[in-house]
Amino acid sequence: MNKLTVSPSPHIKSGQTTKKIMWTVVISLIPSGIAGVYIYGISSLNVIILSILSCIFTEALFLKFRNRDPKTVLDGSAILTGLLLAYNLPPQIPFWIPIAGGVVSVILGKQIFGGLGQNIFNPALVGRAFLQISWPVYMTTWKNPRWWPDAISSATPLAKETAAHFTYMDLFLGNRAGSIGEVCVIALVIGALFLLAKKIISLHIPLSFIGTLGIITWIFGKEGFFKGDFIFNILAGGIILGAFFMATDYVTSPLTKKGKIIFGIGCGILTAVIRLRGSYPEGVCYSILFMNAAVPVIDRFTKTKKYGVVKKAI
Amino acid sequence: MTSLNFIHPPDFKNITKNKKIEQAPLPKRAILHLSQHAGAPSEPAVNAGDSVKTGSLIAHAKGFISANLHSSISGRVIAIEESPHPIIGISKAIIVESDGQDTKASLDSIPAKDVSALSKEEIAALIREAGIVGMGGAAFPLSVKLNPPPAKKINTLIINGAECEPFLTCDHRLMLEKPKEIILGAQLMAKVLGVKDIIIGIEENKLDAIENIKSALFRIKDENCRINMVNLKTRYPQGGEKQLIETLLDKEVPSGGLPLDIGVVVNNVQTVFAVYEAVYLRKPLYERVITVSGSFPSIAKNILTRIGTPIKDILDYCGLSPKAGVYKIIMGGPMMGVAQFNLNAPVIKGTSGILALDKKFKVKEEELGCIRCSRCIEACPLGLMPCAIGLSVKKERFDIAGSYDPLDCIECGSCSFVCPSKIPLVQLIKLAKLKIKRR
Repeated sequence: MNKLTVSPSPHIKSGQTTKKIMWTVVISLIPSGIAGVYIYGISSLNVIILSILSCIFTEALFLKFRNRDPKTVLDGSAILTGLLLAYNLPPQIPFWIPIAGGVVSVILGKQIFGGLGQNIFNPALVGRAFLQISWPVYMTTWKNPRWWPDAISSATPLAKETAAHFTYMDLFLGNRAGSIGEVCVIALVIGALFLLAKKIISLHIPLSFIGTLGIITWIFGKEGFFKGDFIFNILAGGIILGAFFMATDYVTSPLTKKGKIIFGIGCGILTAVIRLRGSYPEGVCYSILFMNAAVPVIDRFTKTKKYGVVKKAI
Repeated sequence: MTSLNFIHPPDFKNITKNKKIEQAPLPKRAILHLSQHAGAPSEPAVNAGDSVKTGSLIAHAKGFISANLHSSISGRVIAIEESPHPIIGISKAIIVESDGQDTKASLDSIPAKDVSALSKEEIAALIREAGIVGMGGAAFPLSVKLNPPPAKKINTLIINGAECEPFLTCDHRLMLEKPKEIILGAQLMAKVLGVKDIIIGIEENKLDAIENIKSALFRIKDENCRINMVNLKTRYPQGGEKQLIETLLDKEVPSGGLPLDIGVVVNNVQTVFAVYEAVYLRKPLYERVITVSGSFPSIAKNILTRIGTPIKDILDYCGLSPKAGVYKIIMGGPMMGVAQFNLNAPVIKGTSGILALDKKFKVKEEELGCIRCSRCIEACPLGLMPCAIGLSVKKERFDIAGSYDPLDCIECGSCSFVCPSKIPLVQLIKLAKLKIKRR
């Protein structure tokens, strides 16, 4: 025996890796992407590709700039950011918008904090918020599905004047105007079930998020007290994408189950408030970003219950 | 009650679980460390040049938490010197060269009489004499465990047959082959402790051992105590003392406390077997069963080996080829065992296995940053937050690390096992413990 390796225990490790997790999430998002391309045509694919390439290049450049191994660009996190950013954009947006969004997502959203695992805010949502503020017109000019007579629409179903035109089935299948990856609920649910089956995500955040939004829009909805159309509120807009794929981002959500539930409820309340009382028709992006900022506080007050803590005698 | 977390690592036990315990040859030279156990090293009672028999006392317990040490072969003491130690690197050991005769000495401080006539004190004296320590790994001197402070009333004795570490099957084989002896040993312990309830917990991946213990229980009746055989789920770390108590009794050991604080004593099956041998056969602890396993099925065995046998001799006996492509040699199981760099290090009383692993066990992925996935939190059997401790240690913020209770960590390795970013969390937590204890 010539050379023996010495390392700390344990000497066996599970097969799960960060890279595999990232790629599994990417795979789970593919059905929704296919639906987006099918519904709005090839322009959606262009946006997705440009956004991903922008994120990968920016990440590689920045890693080099920070003297880190540029190979870690392949850990899957940059691709995931690019994909999620594209899913939050309208389908026929000018080509330079996803590029700008990718750069901002990776630099301001992630690398500036120290890279993978260090960021406070969901990088794709940072990019989206930046674009929304900088080019609000482009960011709110929507395209109708390919088979509709008029190509350019001005509003998504959440905009108050258009809501009445949609059946639940339209919303469920994605037969409406909206961002590329948010419209086809059935495709998103398939991806989410895949992530749940693979134990990548748990139901704590999505259920508390969607449940809270549902309850509040039912109670305070514009149809009347306790008469609100909560099914419409859940199916329209970006909450399915947001609740299952963005709010569940490990890095920017709380560590414990209790914390995750609080986080989800907070997201639900903020989304409902923005939708019902705000000037924006949609609030998923900002509510998640706000709650991201609250994560350190939530973590501090939701530590796990340790084994062997004796309750004080009264 | 806290709901406990467990993990399910691959168990690798099929390699050796059907292999009968075989007697390993005597070592030519035994390296008997004065530090075999938790607590103070023992004090040599022999000098270089003295001749000793197998079972002769060669070092006394020094202080309360310590244990006697006996020669494991007959021959001559050739030196008392610093030698390679499998856990602490290097330590003082008595080195005995074999005369090949294996002439036995036996414990003779108590007059020979029928075991049932022995008093509680006489049994305790024989156990103390025999130098028995916890043989599950921690090697805590048994005489201390059996002598709790008078204020602590012990009600339950738990016999730990969980053997949750992957690869290891030595306890399994012992329960299969010596069920009667284990039960008799448990009864002796119960007598010393004045305990009426004994629970034997065995994981369900050892159904044959459960069956044998049950039928032996049926044959050995004892009106002084009740013995319960309980099947445990196969999961890690089911055999951790605290996890076992919680599973069997639904009681929590207070943080920073010991099982005896809630009236429980836990002992590994091999320890119980050693008690049987010490009292019935007047044989001190100088040999034990270990599992030799790993990536090379041809060397896999369960062997009865003398304490002090160098790892190298054992691997040679088992037929490990020098060309086999060994990547790591581990003493103990893969979750908590210690990687060896010097194969002259010997088997000690707490050694449960020797594993030879090949390159397949090398972790190929590089360490990445923590992605806060919380898998370690969901794996931690103590309900701690390993990532929070680990990240604070990386930033050298031991004050923050301390606020997450690293001292409660049992170092089971579950967090490092599940971490997708391959962060050595246990190692970071050990560092936190060290720094905090020094403050």
